[in-house]
Amino acid sequence: MRAPVLSRDELYAILDEVKDPEVPVLSVVELGIIRDVEATAEGVVVTVTPTYSGCPAMRVIEQDITQALRDHGVGEVEVRTVFTPAWTTDWIPAAAREKLRAYGIAPPGISDPQGPIAIGRRRAAVRCPFCGSGDTQLRSEFGSTACKSIHVCRGCSQPFEEFKAI
Amino acid sequence: MSDSFEYLLRLADDRLVLGHRLSEWCGHAPILEEDIALANIALDLVGQANLLLTHAAAAGNTGRDADALAFLRDAIDYRNALIVELPKGDFAFTIARQFFYGVFGMLQSEALQKSSDTELGGIAAKMLKEFRYHVRHSGEWMLRLGGGTDESHARLQRAVDDLWRYTGELFQADDLDRRVGASGFGVDPSELETAWRATVDDILQRSGLTTPAVTWMQRGGREGKHTEHLGLMLAEMQVLQRQHPGATW
Repeated sequence: MRAPVLSRDELYAILDEVKDPEVPVLSVVELGIIRDVEATAEGVVVTVTPTYSGCPAMRVIEQDITQALRDHGVGEVEVRTVFTPAWTTDWIPAAAREKLRAYGIAPPGISDPQGPIAIGRRRAAVRCPFCGSGDTQLRSEFGSTACKSIHVCRGCSQPFEEFKAI
Repeated sequence: MSDSFEYLLRLADDRLVLGHRLSEWCGHAPILEEDIALANIALDLVGQANLLLTHAAAAGNTGRDADALAFLRDAIDYRNALIVELPKGDFAFTIARQFFYGVFGMLQSEALQKSSDTELGGIAAKMLKEFRYHVRHSGEWMLRLGGGTDESHARLQRAVDDLWRYTGELFQADDLDRRVGASGFGVDPSELETAWRATVDDILQRSGLTTPAVTWMQRGGREGKHTEHLGLMLAEMQVLQRQHPGATW
């Protein structure tokens, strides 16, 4: 029996069930790494762009994408990687940002522009995802995964992570 | 050996060797946040090397994949600059090296975004984003250590003095650099030196450090003439693939 050809919307709906293994509140679609999905005569071609060069989750994500499509009867799944345009957190939509916040991770601000970098200059404080206070302090730009930084809230004394803007 | 293959190896080997050196801090950094930060940065650099070696493997058409290029080449075939292969030293040495190399990598990636090779241009755009926060990290530590205690200041000044003679090689262009610069595939590194010096001088000054007087610059890495340290590092990095060829996990 031949599997029915899935529409683009149906394919995106399937991929929207595939979660980022390190931030399971976001799907790979919400994360913005799915650049294209196309049904072909043999199966489906998914085009993705990596988040960070060394992100160990990327391979798991590719396997999860393949598995999810197979579970929906797709025969051949090909995952292609493109680098241009480079992934930016600016692609994460507003609704997904609110999901991050509710999960306890401060959503990313606007990605840092090109041009000179600010070394040793005060940066805008990140709003605490727990109490909403703006009285917070950056502890480290590096956290439990490549995509997160660590902050502390002076309002509620709670340490928290931020999905860093790149 | 094509120019593109050889040039991509230079880019990749800098990152692979520096990433490996940085990974040696894992479990040994002075504070937990730095352990995590250095491991994160190492992961970015090794990830960049993987992308570049994969691209080089395709460009070289030699039947070797990225893993073979990383794990089965001897020191004489590595094309990294000497500065990245020096032992990790103390925390000040590591920070100064990350800063010197990071500013270089950032400027190089910025220029490479416009590469005539779209794949390399795309990888460069990604690398640029990463080098920007690497330089924020190392640059802020330069200010902190330089303006910190007498000991942190002295150690950082010593690191800057020891590293300085290895910085010149980053900007020394040979025929290959000039060819890939002219063709638009790569960037002639000598064009990056002025901007590098401006950023480095600014941070050294703000850190209360003295820019070493230029005496003589070491070189040789791009031709495979390395310090004795690279062979020892590769012996450790490659031991598993050498003893168990093709092993995976």
